[in-house]
Amino acid sequence: MKYIIEMLNIRKEFASIVANDDITLQVRPGEIHALLGENGAGKSTLMSVLFGLYKPDRGTIKVKGKEVKISNPNVANDLGIGMVHQHFKLVHNFTVTENIILGNEKLKGLKIDIDYARQRIKELSNRYKLAVDPDVRIEDISVGMQQRVEILKMLYRDSEILIFDEPTAVLTPQEIEELMGVMRNMTKEGKTIILITHKLKEIKAVADRCTVIRKGKSIATIDVKETSEEKMAELMVGRKVSFKVEKAPAKPGEIMFKIENLNVIGSRGVQAVKDVTLSAKAGEILGVAGVDGNGQSELIEAITGLRKAQSGRIFINNLDISSREIRQRNEAGLGHIPEDRHKYGLVLEFTLEDNMILQNYYRPPFSKRGVLKRNEIRSYAKRLIEQFDVRSAQGPTTIVRSMSGGNQQKAIIAREIDRSPQVLIVAQPTRGLDVGAIEYIHKRLIEERDKGKTILLFSLDLDEIMNLSDRIAVMYEGRIVGVVDADKTNEQELGLMMAGGGKG
Amino acid sequence: MGKNKFLVSLLAVILGIITGALVMLLTGYDPIKAYEGLLKGAGFILQVPKNATLGDIIFNKRLGDTLLNTTTLILTGLAIAFAFKTGLFNIGVPGQMLMGGFFGVFVGVKLSLHFYIHTPLAVMAAILGGALWALLPGILKAKYGINEVVTAIMMNYISLWSVYYFVQNFLKGNFETESAIINPSASLRVEALTKLFHGSNINLGLFLAIAVAILVWWILDKTTFGYELKAVGYNIHASKYAGIKVNRNMILSMMISGAIAGLAGAVYYLGYTNNIKIGSLPQAGYDGIAVSLLGLNNPFGVLLSALFFGLMNAGGLYMNAATKVPNELVPIIVAIIIYFAATSLMFETWLHRIGSIFRKKEGGSK
Repeated sequence: MKYIIEMLNIRKEFASIVANDDITLQVRPGEIHALLGENGAGKSTLMSVLFGLYKPDRGTIKVKGKEVKISNPNVANDLGIGMVHQHFKLVHNFTVTENIILGNEKLKGLKIDIDYARQRIKELSNRYKLAVDPDVRIEDISVGMQQRVEILKMLYRDSEILIFDEPTAVLTPQEIEELMGVMRNMTKEGKTIILITHKLKEIKAVADRCTVIRKGKSIATIDVKETSEEKMAELMVGRKVSFKVEKAPAKPGEIMFKIENLNVIGSRGVQAVKDVTLSAKAGEILGVAGVDGNGQSELIEAITGLRKAQSGRIFINNLDISSREIRQRNEAGLGHIPEDRHKYGLVLEFTLEDNMILQNYYRPPFSKRGVLKRNEIRSYAKRLIEQFDVRSAQGPTTIVRSMSGGNQQKAIIAREIDRSPQVLIVAQPTRGLDVGAIEYIHKRLIEERDKGKTILLFSLDLDEIMNLSDRIAVMYEGRIVGVVDADKTNEQELGLMMAGGGKG
Repeated sequence: MGKNKFLVSLLAVILGIITGALVMLLTGYDPIKAYEGLLKGAGFILQVPKNATLGDIIFNKRLGDTLLNTTTLILTGLAIAFAFKTGLFNIGVPGQMLMGGFFGVFVGVKLSLHFYIHTPLAVMAAILGGALWALLPGILKAKYGINEVVTAIMMNYISLWSVYYFVQNFLKGNFETESAIINPSASLRVEALTKLFHGSNINLGLFLAIAVAILVWWILDKTTFGYELKAVGYNIHASKYAGIKVNRNMILSMMISGAIAGLAGAVYYLGYTNNIKIGSLPQAGYDGIAVSLLGLNNPFGVLLSALFFGLMNAGGLYMNAATKVPNELVPIIVAIIIYFAATSLMFETWLHRIGSIFRKKEGGSK
């Protein structure tokens, strides 16, 4: 058997776009095969076809040389195909064991045979070095361990072909290392892995072969050892890309932003931010790194006024804003590119122009004595759309929900940057965006810095933090465990701090 | 998109009428005759009698009654639609309408003033009563996140039995179940209109209702206040992020909705009945939900859909008398139409599919 999985000439069309256009993917047994492509290139669609979530319009799928019709995920499971989704599909108040056996429960009389299940999970976790405690609830374990549960779920079902969809997005560098080890172990045990990612480093580290997809077409299948990262990036994007963000050294000025002894209680009633003190200067990007869920979101919410701080003070340009309303904070010179753009950043049912004035609708020239001035709003929106290259079907009157994620994010960035706040809080500015949009957004942020603005950059993407920041603060369990200069640190040191190791 | 939605509402009405016809056929009645009766009863002259003047034909009493019916429905529909725009379901409209009506009737009975002062005063009292009655659910929702549907329904009962008590103790009328009749100087009825429509109770309320529809459209579409209300309705989180006072907007929205419901009480109790019958909540309050739904929560859509419901209500009785088709059929048809309107998403998918088939065909022929 030469190939364990063959997807031949797959075509999948949605209402208006061709997501997969004649894609061919051939995976050898026992290899780690990477699927590389930008966001929206068609990777997820292709895998959804393989996993039985979409029916292809054309093309054939062969598993172990036999042609198959995968009409739903159950068929995929029966064929030995399992998938670890990017967003875990776990029941939060169930235990690890209960989650793993869900939908596959072995009965003992009328009761679920939990002892048998626990035993098997222990065996599997020893064999593949996936440390989990079978009896803890999902809500009490780390994201890294949740991912191990997802992997065990597939192994429990005896999957032979495992699909990993962007598995490293939520992990620390050390956890990523561990995951790579687990993957190698699995191939040693005879499993085959398909790894969906747009991170070249990871492909280089772990994959044997790699199929590159661009704009719905398969561009090439390459041998990873013989191909450089630059070459892979070029294949992915279709042009030469610069990895390093071009930036001149920072020229920091006065301290423009300061937090003193800030304490914040999180949604679940626990202390999420503990006694945080930070400051940032004009003309500087201060990165805040950390594994997801270590108090970053609560810190952002407290700074921007979305959540009440328990104690502590926040200053913009020596003005204490800690007890002010959100609007007063905005007027004092605070801007915010929110982490969750659909929840906070946009009113999706509004038009693009109405979203462009979200914080300023009540001010001239957009309104006068409580009446909106539509002409002014439209011409303002047109200017921003042009200046920031926001693409949409109907320009200012496009309903924002219908726009692509990248353009939605560009709209928010246009709005926040054009308001020209002294202090800009930026959270996950490029999550889920393609390389082109990322490059653009990074460039605009650097430009703002060079204009003398203060930027606080919160990101889970360590590369982004390291590329953009002048200084980096690391958050762990609600505390700032260290602040380092960006050009005097490395991934290893940051990774240790992110895992609570502290500096040095 | 707006056009598509209008088509969906129209389709709902047409399918409702067809289904109603099928029900009549199955139960052995002639649907054509029945619908003819419905239209006749609503004031549409189909056969011109001899010696009739043009005025007789257009401004007949039945049409007046249809418009009278429509007037109340416009306002209750607008009350619901306004709250909907802010993401609130004000099911308390019947109670607010009744309480508003009581305030208005109280002023109408107890005071005796000149028409130009008395009527506006009574109407203002009704608006105030409705707004006040909506205040508590609004505050509870905004401050404590308590579901406004539950609190508003309870407020309906409190309204019902408080008015029952108040009327019996303070506004005793000729009958056990009715309040005293208001002074004519507080009534919205004017002789010119009554005469024009040959004795119908149609009154100034109709013009008030249309004016409110225009006002609501203007506020929602053209003002910063409307912008805030809609932002809160669509996305509370983004509104907070933008610095909009979410709580204040919720309470205000609820009060304005209640004020419109109170005005509905005014046009009903000060224009149509001229007193309050106690012991039940006004049906028009609940009908407002259907009016708003079919009118797509759009002020002008509400005008059209209120006219349609007014026509069904006014014509139903005549249809029953003229054709022996049971009067219950009208609510059945109305219910079917609402069903179709509520499942509008299904129609939209259908329309979309039909549209894409046509597009494909066009593409293929090229």
